[in-house]
Amino acid sequence: KYLQIGWFKLVDEEKMIQLESVSLMKRLMNSFNKRSLKLITFQAVRFLSDVQLRYSGGFCEEDKLHLIMFSLSGLPPVPSTSRMGFSELSIRERMREKLKAARSKAEAALSQEDLGPRPRHLKSIRERKAELRLDEGVSVQNDYPSAEEAYNFFTLNFDPEPEGIKVGARKRKIGELMVTDEDFLVMKPAECERYSEQLQKEKEFLFIPSMQTVPTSQKMPENMQPRYLEDEGLYAEERPFVSPSNQNILENRILRQEQVKWFGDDGRILALPNPIRQSSTRPPVFSMEEGIPPELETIYRKAIKTTAANQYLVGPGDFQGPFQLDIDISGLIFTHHPCFSREHVLAAKLAQLYDQYLARKQKNLTELLTDKLRALRNAVQRSIDSAGASGPTAQQSIPEYKIEIRQTRRLRDAEQEKDRMLLKSIIKVWKEMKSLREFQKFTNTPMKLCLRKEEVDWRSDEKAYEAEIQAEISELQEEYMEEYEKKMEEYKTELQEWKSWKKAQSKKKKKKKDLQEEESIEDYDLGGEPVKPVPPKMVDSLEIEQQVREKANNFRRKPGEPALIPELVLSGSVTPSEQCPRAEVLRREDVNKRSAFIKVFFNSKEVSRTVTRPLSSDFRVHFGQIFNLQIFNWPESLKLQIYETTGLSSTTLLAEVFIPVPETTVLTGSAPMEEIEFSSNQRVMLDHEGVGSDVSFSFEADGSNQMTLMTSGKVSNSVSWAVGEKGIPLIPPVSQQNTGIPSALKNIDAIASIGTSGLTDMKKLAKWAAETKLDPNDPNNAALMQMIMVVSSGEANIPDFFRLEQLQQEFNFVSDEEFNRSKRFRLLQLRNEEVAEFRNYKQVPLHEREISEKLFQEYEKKLHEKDVIDSKHYLDARRAVVASYLQKVRESVINRFLIAKHHFLLSDLVNEEEIPTLGILGLGLFKLAEPKRPLKPRRKERKKVTAQNLSDGDIKLLVNIIRAYDIPVRKPVTSKLQQPSKSSRSFNEMFAASPSAQSPTNNVDWAFDQVLVRPFVEVSFQRTVCRTTTAEGPNPNWNEELEFPFRAPNGDYSTHSLQSVKDEVFINIFDEVLRDVTEDDRDRGSGIHTRVERHWLGCVKIPFTTIYFQARIDGTFKVNIPPVLLGYSKEKNLGIERGYDSVRNLSEGSYITLFITIEPQLVPGESVREKFDTQEDEKLLQAAEKYEVECTSKFPNRQCLTTVIDLNGKTVFITRYIKPLNPPQELLDALPNSSQTTAELVARYVALIPFLPDSVSFAGICDLWCTSDQFLDLLAGDEEEHAVLLCNYFLGMGKKAWLIIGNAIPEGQTTYVLTLEQSQYVIWNPSTGCFYKHYDTFCPLQSVYCLISCDNIWFNIQQWDSPVRISFDISKPKLWKPFFSRSLPYPGLCSVQPEELVYQHSDKAAAVELQGRIEKILKEKIMEWRPRHLTRWNRYCTSTLRNFLPLLEQNQGKDVEDDHQTELQKQLGDYRVSGFPIHMPFSEVRPLVEAVHSTGVHTIDVSNVEFALAVYVHPYPQNVLSTWIYVASLVRNQ
Amino acid sequence: MVAVNGQIESGQFPGFDDLYCKFCFVYGQDWVPAAGLEEGISQITSKSDVAPTTFVWNFPIDITFKSTNPSGWPQIVVSVYGPDFFGNDVVRGYGAVHVPFTSGRHKRTIAMFVPESTSKLQKFTSWFTGRRPEFTDPKVVARGEGREVTRVRSQGFVTISFNVVTKDMKKLGYDVSPSDMQNPSLVPATERIHKY
Repeated sequence: KYLQIGWFKLVDEEKMIQLESVSLMKRLMNSFNKRSLKLITFQAVRFLSDVQLRYSGGFCEEDKLHLIMFSLSGLPPVPSTSRMGFSELSIRERMREKLKAARSKAEAALSQEDLGPRPRHLKSIRERKAELRLDEGVSVQNDYPSAEEAYNFFTLNFDPEPEGIKVGARKRKIGELMVTDEDFLVMKPAECERYSEQLQKEKEFLFIPSMQTVPTSQKMPENMQPRYLEDEGLYAEERPFVSPSNQNILENRILRQEQVKWFGDDGRILALPNPIRQSSTRPPVFSMEEGIPPELETIYRKAIKTTAANQYLVGPGDFQGPFQLDIDISGLIFTHHPCFSREHVLAAKLAQLYDQYLARKQKNLTELLTDKLRALRNAVQRSIDSAGASGPTAQQSIPEYKIEIRQTRRLRDAEQEKDRMLLKSIIKVWKEMKSLREFQKFTNTPMKLCLRKEEVDWRSDEKAYEAEIQAEISELQEEYMEEYEKKMEEYKTELQEWKSWKKAQSKKKKKKKDLQEEESIEDYDLGGEPVKPVPPKMVDSLEIEQQVREKANNFRRKPGEPALIPELVLSGSVTPSEQCPRAEVLRREDVNKRSAFIKVFFNSKEVSRTVTRPLSSDFRVHFGQIFNLQIFNWPESLKLQIYETTGLSSTTLLAEVFIPVPETTVLTGSAPMEEIEFSSNQRVMLDHEGVGSDVSFSFEADGSNQMTLMTSGKVSNSVSWAVGEKGIPLIPPVSQQNTGIPSALKNIDAIASIGTSGLTDMKKLAKWAAETKLDPNDPNNAALMQMIMVVSSGEANIPDFFRLEQLQQEFNFVSDEEFNRSKRFRLLQLRNEEVAEFRNYKQVPLHEREISEKLFQEYEKKLHEKDVIDSKHYLDARRAVVASYLQKVRESVINRFLIAKHHFLLSDLVNEEEIPTLGILGLGLFKLAEPKRPLKPRRKERKKVTAQNLSDGDIKLLVNIIRAYDIPVRKPVTSKLQQPSKSSRSFNEMFAASPSAQSPTNNVDWAFDQVLVRPFVEVSFQRTVCRTTTAEGPNPNWNEELEFPFRAPNGDYSTHSLQSVKDEVFINIFDEVLRDVTEDDRDRGSGIHTRVERHWLGCVKIPFTTIYFQARIDGTFKVNIPPVLLGYSKEKNLGIERGYDSVRNLSEGSYITLFITIEPQLVPGESVREKFDTQEDEKLLQAAEKYEVECTSKFPNRQCLTTVIDLNGKTVFITRYIKPLNPPQELLDALPNSSQTTAELVARYVALIPFLPDSVSFAGICDLWCTSDQFLDLLAGDEEEHAVLLCNYFLGMGKKAWLIIGNAIPEGQTTYVLTLEQSQYVIWNPSTGCFYKHYDTFCPLQSVYCLISCDNIWFNIQQWDSPVRISFDISKPKLWKPFFSRSLPYPGLCSVQPEELVYQHSDKAAAVELQGRIEKILKEKIMEWRPRHLTRWNRYCTSTLRNFLPLLEQNQGKDVEDDHQTELQKQLGDYRVSGFPIHMPFSEVRPLVEAVHSTGVHTIDVSNVEFALAVYVHPYPQNVLSTWIYVASLVRNQ
Repeated sequence: MVAVNGQIESGQFPGFDDLYCKFCFVYGQDWVPAAGLEEGISQITSKSDVAPTTFVWNFPIDITFKSTNPSGWPQIVVSVYGPDFFGNDVVRGYGAVHVPFTSGRHKRTIAMFVPESTSKLQKFTSWFTGRRPEFTDPKVVARGEGREVTRVRSQGFVTISFNVVTKDMKKLGYDVSPSDMQNPSLVPATERIHKY
């Protein structure tokens, strides 16, 4: 180590060393000459000299020698060079020398390896490595300098001395055994091989098999010829296919490895036979049908009844196999078809009539009745003949017979008439047909009617005819006689009665002769005169005869006339199509195209259908198919559906036919064919000869006598029960007909016997079990038996409920009572129910003990006190009731909302691009052409942030305070006395009348008051307070941005929670007053001692929710300035007259321009999409929807409101809210002569009703509209309710008033009221009571969307929506689009408002009491806010103020300033008063307290300050309270 | 306490290339991540050339939860994204799976799906603009609520391996280890109940 250090030091003192080393060298030479290793010695000396130098001669000679020995032991001999020549050598030469030395070194090293132990302990590993490498390098090195050499060279080359040069070479040697080169890094150039070299190297140990074919000889052992088994005739297996190149590669590889064993006898690689079979091992599946793959083939199998289906059928023996119903559908005949030609219609009619005729003939009723009649007559005759013999019985029967004869005759006559008529009509139809055929000159039907005449014997016929007539006449005569006698009898009795009555009447008359005529008339009237009976007439026998003959003539065949027997034959020839006109050909073609089929429905399930058969030209379809239905139960219904297909396309259902289920006796083979008629009411119109269906047509040429026919026809079918193999009919048991279940099973199947409902009735079940004697050992009945056992053994409690989850109990992990007891479970449950208090409760504790009781206390309290009204906070029982009611409404609405929140729309879940419309695409193209940096940049819509991924500190509220106008200015205090002028514009001095006020302090004040006012703005939001710098003058310009962090309640940034943020942004304007407090005038020269005081001037409150919904608020707001500001006045005429000043002066008050926004922009929540129930007419709602869509499509920014939701959550049409209502009479009476003031008073009354925005009370819910009476009951509501009430009042006062739906600042979407007064429109702000002229620039209403009156809605379709720029003339449809118009007249909707509002009278006593309480509370609060100071109350001032307040109320805060101030200053001469009255509607105490606090009156910290506070509550009807608070601070002037 | 580590091993998304995945955990109100990352986004991986053309991410997951209530057991939600034909980043699949209940090593293969466009036209335009329908929040896939309004298409698989360590589960009365499942606890029911 020493050496190491010394090595470097050496460099500087090279010269000295040189000298010393020479002498040392000499000595050494002497001592070592015996070895004659001169060169080595030299080296050692050289080394030693270094050492010596290092130690500056501190070594003794022995040491040196020792060192030399030491160094010698490891040193290789160095090639000798002349020591003297070092200095002359050039660098190059030196290098060469070094190399030579290195060469010789190797030999020396070998020989001297064992000379001594190496001092290894001094070497580092690195050195060792270097050493090794050096050894290697020796052999390799040639002319290049090694790395080490190079290094040495560069480290030493600044040494010009020969010694230094030598060092390089020497050091290398030293390095081998010594420590010196511990510092040397071994560095080598990066070893880089050339690619070709690399390849060469790779070649040495990589083998790439060639793809050449290996000669067979190489693959075979020496001296072997390859054998080819195939050639030898042996069987050789087929080898699997391997590509030749791959095979070659493999062979080459194997050859290289010299594993010849892999080659077979034939010189090829051994291989197993090819495993792939050509043929499939699986049995082939053959397709039964051509063209269908066997896999897809369907095989028909008969329906098999599954065993599972009859689980109720106990035992297999009861199964009765399938029953069979054979349905034979033979054909279809159309009695009318749309394709019928006229001839067909007639033919059908003819056929029908003929059928009727045949049927009648078969029955032959006429003949039957005639025979009967004859028999009866004979009987009568006989009984008359043998009257005496047969006794009284026969006598009795004669009249009976006679009656029968009469009846039979009548029947026979009717039948005869029918027969005759039928015959007549047959002939008539046939004639018509014949004429038709002639007319149309072709024949369509083969029908032909032949009338066969049957000759009769004229004489006998006539005789019979005459006899018949005679018999009839006599019978009739007899009959009439009987009747006459009867009538005569009746007549006689009646006549008798009449006569007696007449007599009585005449008697009466006599009696009452003296009575007045009127009475007698009345009497007559009352009695009623019976008509005098008319004697019956005797019927003339001639007449009878005539009658009979006439009848006989009409109905009966005349004597001698041949009997006509019609015969219908189908022998006629149909005209071939070629000879028919075109229309007829078309018809025939159409008929040919048509075909029909029938579907068979069993129990209204389609079971089969017939083949489709074409319609024949005579409109018959022949099917001739028999369907065998295998059934299990008695059929409920059998139905056929007749379908018709036209051409290839359409299939239409023509008709449905129900077939009666056959009797059990009807068996196949014996069943008759039945024809069932059907008809269809389809309307078919055809464009050819076909008459169509349900279309009227006529046979007449002139189109008269129209008739309409429906498609109809008959299906001939037969339904019968099949007969089984053994001749047993396959009929389900008849009993099934009623129950639908085999009777054999009835007693076993519980459901069948007692019905499904019986199963739940245990007793019934048990009874049934007992009755049927169930086999208890049958495992099938096990479950039943068990149940019955339970039931029957003791009165087991039968649950009277049905349990759905009977296994629930098994999964209960705690018992119910324990569950209810556990606080943890309760907490979990409540959270799951989303109860407000626990909705977002995180980390429910694990253990019961960790849940504190407190958690529930509040909730329980709330539950308990739901109905208990706590009047503590409200000071007024009424308000408490209202508050609790409101709370209930809110809860129910929130519940509804929570439910609605769980309904999702696609857009809630999936972000999907809208389909770009052409407009958007065009806009996109237009944007490309837009300049990058337009000269007039527009505000770009900021990106909206969804609220879900926000956390504390992410949201900031930015409030830009730009400027203010017309800030009140201080009143200069002068010593001059000035009379208060009448004009408010003149200067008024507060202390003008008090000379004592002119203290030196005031003079100093005046010095500061050179500036009229020094306002600054302080904004507070969520307890963060920021203020602007102080500006000067009444029109200050701040232009400052204040930033507030926003914290959501509970860190919950969901839209729902953001909407319910109740925080407000308070923007207070203060005046900064510097007040000199230097007490001693002597100090004035040396120092200034002032105090900064701030005087509240006014404030603007903006709720956070407004900002949230509006995204940004930009505009000029009216500053809420108290009516009286002590010490300040409105600066009016001092300002430079500018153009708009005159406009501004119209509207009194101060204004402040603000820009407020949230960064980042939040997405406001959407209103609930719940569809509410409604009682409105569906048509009206549809119209409303349509109207809204129409409007919003044109003006998407304008809101169109047609329906709103009432307090019950029902949709109500908006106009129902508007109705003239009476304002409180007190207000009307107050100023009866001035309608203007009355209107203002009413507006003020409405504004006094406290304001409660919906969005706060019903978070996230759409607006709820209360009716006016509800509103007055609740005494709270938002703009809509105020506006509706005000509008109704105005209407009630006879004004023209409308509701304006529009946008205003700062409220946002809001509702105003518009009135028309003396041809001028006035806009009213219902929540403040202010009114604005139509052209008022400072009107907070920014845009107008809709106007609503009691009977219509008008939507603004003008280009502009700002009230200044639009016309309110709703009669112009170009400007206002009405909802009810001529196309949709106003249906006269009844109003939801009450008929009349009933007001409670104002309660003065309660108001006074409330007044006292408020005052007390406020005083306490002020003292509370000043914890470090003593709060003194100036009673005198308080009482003065108290006197002022009623005055203020009376004048509504106007024009009292001057009087007030003079008054005040008179009374409080030596005080400096600063204070103001605050006016508020009364709802709760809290807002009052806050209002007082926000003014900062209490912040004054002058030691001798005194306070004054007065409260005045003025009651209005219906408990509307106007509250005035006068708060002031007083400082006594010194 | 449930400690989960593991990795999103690989995915199979036929027809796509260059995919990356995001994961996040969804858990109930009573769960709190005690350590580790709740969310992560992986590197982009390309499809391997060799036969099982899987996308290998081997993206580590390491998170520890603590909880007071098994309800809301954590789920991992994986969503896979990748550029489409036009180079737009498009979602290629959503999927979610519960973290295994039992301790030990588990492997889960999640079937992934994407929401479908509502109409053919929209499908085309979304393909064209590269803005396919996406879930507003990938966490939707871990919840059942509101899913009835969506239509999805399956799109591939993601394999995740979990190493789960649980602590004090049994102490609190939850037997989740596999051996316990075989031999149900011998603790009498009433005692067990008390431990809840």
